[in-house]
Formats: sequence, structure tokens, C-alpha cells
Amino acid sequence: MSSIEFKEKLLASHLALEEKVDLNDPVHQTRLESLKTFEQKGFPSRKDEAWKYTSLNAMVRQDYALFPEAEATIELKDVKKYFLYEIDTYKVVFIDGVYSPFLSDTTHDGLDVCLISAALTKAKYRDLINNYFNKITNKEDSLTALNTSYTLEGAYVYIPKSVVAEKPIEIIHFSTGQEKALWLQPRNLIVVDKNAQVQILERHQSLKKHHVVTNTVTEIYAHQDAFVDYYKIQNDLSTASLIDNTYISQEKNSNVSVHTFSLGGKLIRNNLNFYLKGERCHSTLKGVTILQDQQHVDHYTLVDHSSPNCESHQDYKGVFSQGSKGVFNGKIHVDQLAQKTNAFQQNNNILLDDKATVNTKPQLEIFADDVKCSHGCTVGQLNEDALFYLRSRGIPRKEAKALMTYAFANNVLESVQLPVLKKRINKLIAKKLGVNLGFDL
Amino acid sequence: MLTIENLHAHVEGKQILNGIDLDVKAGEVHAIMGPNGSGKSTLSSVIAGHQDYEVKKGTMLLEGEELNDMSPEERAHKGIFLSFQYPVEIPGVSVTNFIKTAINATRKAKGLEDMSANVMLKKIREKSSLLEIDSRFLSRSLNEGFSGGEKKRNEIFQMAMLEPKLSILDETDSGLDIDALKIVANGVNKLRSKDNAVIVITHYQRLLEYIVPDFVHVLFEGKIVKSGTKDLAVELEEKGYDWIKEMV
Repeated sequence: MSSIEFKEKLLASHLALEEKVDLNDPVHQTRLESLKTFEQKGFPSRKDEAWKYTSLNAMVRQDYALFPEAEATIELKDVKKYFLYEIDTYKVVFIDGVYSPFLSDTTHDGLDVCLISAALTKAKYRDLINNYFNKITNKEDSLTALNTSYTLEGAYVYIPKSVVAEKPIEIIHFSTGQEKALWLQPRNLIVVDKNAQVQILERHQSLKKHHVVTNTVTEIYAHQDAFVDYYKIQNDLSTASLIDNTYISQEKNSNVSVHTFSLGGKLIRNNLNFYLKGERCHSTLKGVTILQDQQHVDHYTLVDHSSPNCESHQDYKGVFSQGSKGVFNGKIHVDQLAQKTNAFQQNNNILLDDKATVNTKPQLEIFADDVKCSHGCTVGQLNEDALFYLRSRGIPRKEAKALMTYAFANNVLESVQLPVLKKRINKLIAKKLGVNLGFDL
Repeated sequence: MLTIENLHAHVEGKQILNGIDLDVKAGEVHAIMGPNGSGKSTLSSVIAGHQDYEVKKGTMLLEGEELNDMSPEERAHKGIFLSFQYPVEIPGVSVTNFIKTAINATRKAKGLEDMSANVMLKKIREKSSLLEIDSRFLSRSLNEGFSGGEKKRNEIFQMAMLEPKLSILDETDSGLDIDALKIVANGVNKLRSKDNAVIVITHYQRLLEYIVPDFVHVLFEGKIVKSGTKDLAVELEEKGYDWIKEMV
């Protein structure tokens, strides 16, 4: 199949979607408009500046099922390890794109943790949907438009004013491999009202090797004084690809942090967009990427400072080996009105061998004159003197490298506020590096 | 314990060591002195196995075993310890985790099980008190933001934990005030036994007042040009290195 043929299939199959949704629901018009955008723009290619280092060619040159043919079931014991089972959490779980009530633990008790399909169709949510759905997405982005046109299912979270969600929320998408090749397009909407707080963890996990592509869109609205702590765990099998489009709108005094742990998968593209719309917002974007083999991860971040006195911190660390590829493109836009902005960006990479590559590009557009902005990117090898120091203490070269790599990534983990998650990520990193670090993680 | 014969070593094509002979027996303390650039630190790096130094000629034997082809970690497993002149900062790894990893790596190399947490903890307490190290210090990142004195004390703490056969103290006195120097020297002296040996590399005689050597060697232009007892160090202090240069 050619990429044109797959595009045609996506356009034609939209009729099948229409059988699944209420054509009178207010978002259907949005779906149709977005489909037009996708029809005009098609898939991005490497001719697009934003996709210079990441090609979707191989991905879109094959056929995918857009809806699973049969409902798949999975046993909790088989997937328990993918949950934060050590603590109590809300859960919104999908299997091959279909909601799994059995694995989920939703709520309407003081806050809403449920499905976007419900929010789209029920009258009581209509105002919220009208106010928030597809409001901060980039309308020019073809993959976001494609997702919007296929809006069907995903998580819906609403934290009312001054409510603190006492349990973290896990949004987990499993793909079973029942379909040989599956194209998923979950759509999440998260609204955190004034002075409310929430912690969310998102994960996409295939349970056996098969071609799965997830093109997901998440909109997050953080109102005045809201606090949002978001974690993306990307540790999928080597046959799974992910295009993550996340849009975050921040009002006055809100604090949003997103940690992205990219530890496995075939091709991952993270489009992470922060729009700082009120004064004194605080934004944190952190990432740890550890890749090997033919894996490819592209972090494409935008922090749009349009209000004064805001602060943003970006810190992405990457470790690459054996033919893996990393891309980091970090754009910071500071509007003329956004005086007293503090915007920091750091991207440090380690190449463990000469077969891995990294392309890193800071992009600063500053139109205000009273700001503090800094950026730095490095690509290097592990410090040989430090390795010698560790080896002279009896730590073998391989373990010394692992310990150094662990240490390198560690300061990104420092800001993880869920201790059980921090421990998990620590263990995952140790496992990725293939060694026992010899101490309690 | 350590026998070095006719050792020649290069770094980046430049010959630094020009035929070193040295015989260190168990229970002994040897001091190696010499002016800047005479090859003192190179000698310690070559013994510890730094990859930048190439041995062109000569042999190094530890208890009869040839060291030349061993990796730095293998040398450490055999009982060689180098206290660095400039210990490297490793942010993100605590002193405790580092030393646990080092001890268990050495035990693993010897076919032993990991040291139990209890024994490890007891040992850490005992050795850190020997060097008057605060327990809060142990949870800090290795050498990160340490003062000169803290770094050197941490080196000797590692030496105490690893219990090497042969310790090389490379300019351990540099950057130390007199109180820190006494603590470090006292630590080294308590670790001395009839079964281990120490090589003290220093520019000044000061440290040797506290760690008293059995032998003193003067290194100049990559060769040991004079050997003697501790009195030689005193003589050097009085006459300066020019005296040696004139003699050569």
C-alpha cells in the first residue's frame, strides 16, 4: 500500500465512523472540518521543516485496521505490571481503542474521570465540550486534524474548582495484537478548574508484537492556580509507534509539569505544546530518553510565552546506542507582552557508540526585551576520566557506563513527585541499561 | 608486593617514564617525591591502568602477577587502589551507593555473594567514623560540591572500605589544611598492616611527617634518581629540587 492509498482509506473510512457516532452531536461538524484539513494537508513529509529528521514514510505505506473487528479481552494478572498497582488510582483503560469497564476504575464522585464518548453525547457536559473541545489544538497540524476527525473515544477528566484529586489517574491504552496492524486515535480532554490539583499518568502498551500506530491528541486546560502533574510512559514494544500531540493551556498562576519517559518503541514523536496565557505561570517539561536498536524518538516542544512574569523549564536528557536516533527541537516563543519571562531549555545527549545519532535544535523567538532565556544542547560521550575513576574502584566498564548514564538521567527523575513511579522508572532505566546497578533503587 | 622493572610509558606520543625500577614489599610505606612534571602522577596512573598511558617497555608485577594487560577494574580486584589527586564529580550517585557498587563489583569478580546490607552498613559506620565523616555526607552526590578536604577524606574512606593490598596516594595532601591533613594521615596509618603497602606521592615533605615512610625515592625526568630513608625527604625539603637537578 502506498501512503496515498492509506490516506484515501482514512478519508473513505470516515463513513464507517459516522455509523458509530451521533451525527447531531456538536462536535461532528468539527470532525468533518478536520477531515478536510487532513485531506488538504495529508501526512507530513521530511520537506516540512518540523519533520526534517523524522520520516513517517515507512509507517504510512502499509495498511492498518482503523477499528478492531472483534472485542478483545485481557486478564488483569497479565497486565497488572503496567499499572501503578502499589497504590490506589483512578483508571481509564482501553483495549484496542475500546473502553474496558473491567480494567477501569472511573468516578463521578466530586470529580469526573470517565470517557470522552460520554462527555461528547450527554447534555450535562455540553457546555464543557463547547468551551474546551479542540479549542487549543493547532488547526493547521494535519495529524492533529486527523485525530480530531476520528474523535470517538478517550479519557475525559474534569477536576472542579478547589478539588484535589486524591488519587492519581492512569490512562492506559493496551493493544492486543488481535489485529495484525492497527491504527489508533485516542482523544483525551482534561480540564482542571481554578485551584484544583491532579496527577495523571498516560501509557500506551502493546501486549504482543504487531504493527500498532497511535496518533493521540490530549488537551489539558489548567485554570488559575491549578496544579497539573503529568507523566507519559513510553516503553512499548519495538513494533509500536506513537505520535503524541499534547496541547496545554495555562491560566494565571497555574503550574503544569509534563515528564516524558521514552524508553521503548519503534517511532515516537512527541509534539508537546504549552500556551502560557496568564501571568506567573510555571511550566516544566522534562524528558528521559534511552534508546537502542533502530528506535527513533523525536521531541518537538513549543513553549509559547504570551503573558508576563511566567517561568518555563525544559530539561531533556537522551542516551542513544546501536543505531537509535534521537531528535530534539525546542521552540520558545516570547511575545512582546511577555516581559519578565524566565525561559530555560536544556537538552543533553550521550551517544554510547558510533552507530547512534542525535539531532538537536533550540529555536528561540524572543520579542520582549526584559527576559531571561537560556538554552543549551550537548551531544557527547561519557566522560572517560569519570569512567576511569569508577573502574579504578573495581566497577567493570559496562557497569561504570550504566552508573554514569543512570547518574546523567537522574536529575530529571528528581522532580518526579510520585515516589512509586520514580522507583519504577529507576528500575526501568536500570533494566534498559542491562545491568544490576548493585544498590537499592 | 609490587615489583616494577625498567618501566617506560608514553602519553600522546610523549615519553614520560624512562625506566622506573621500584620494589615495594608488604608492610612498607614508600614515598615518591619529585618536582612538577617529573612523572609522579603518570606513574600512579600507569600502575592503576589509565588507558591514555601506553607502556612501551618494562614490567609491573603485583604479587608476581603481570599487570600490563589488565583493565583498571581487574587491577582494582587484585587489590590496587589509587587515591586521585583530582577525584571526579559524579552528580546523581551518592557516596554510599557508589561504595556499595564498588565493593559488590569486587566481590562478584572474586566469586563472592553481595555483601549483606547489615554488614555493609556496619562497615560504612566504622570506616566513616575513622575519617570523622558525617553520615549526611554519605548521602550526597559523589564529590559534587565537595571541598578539597572532603574529596580527599572521601578517597581515604573508599580506601578503608575496599581494603586494598597496595594503595597509591597521589598528592593526597594538596588542598588540605593541617586539621584535614591530620585526619587523613591518621586514617591511612590506622589502615596500615603487615599485609598491605602504601605508595605516597607528594611534592612536599609535610605529609611525610604524619605518614612516615620506610623509603623515599626521588623521581626526575621519568626516572628514580635517588632513593633513601625518610631523612632524604628532610634533606630535599632543606635543599630543594635544584639540588637533585644539579646532581643529575
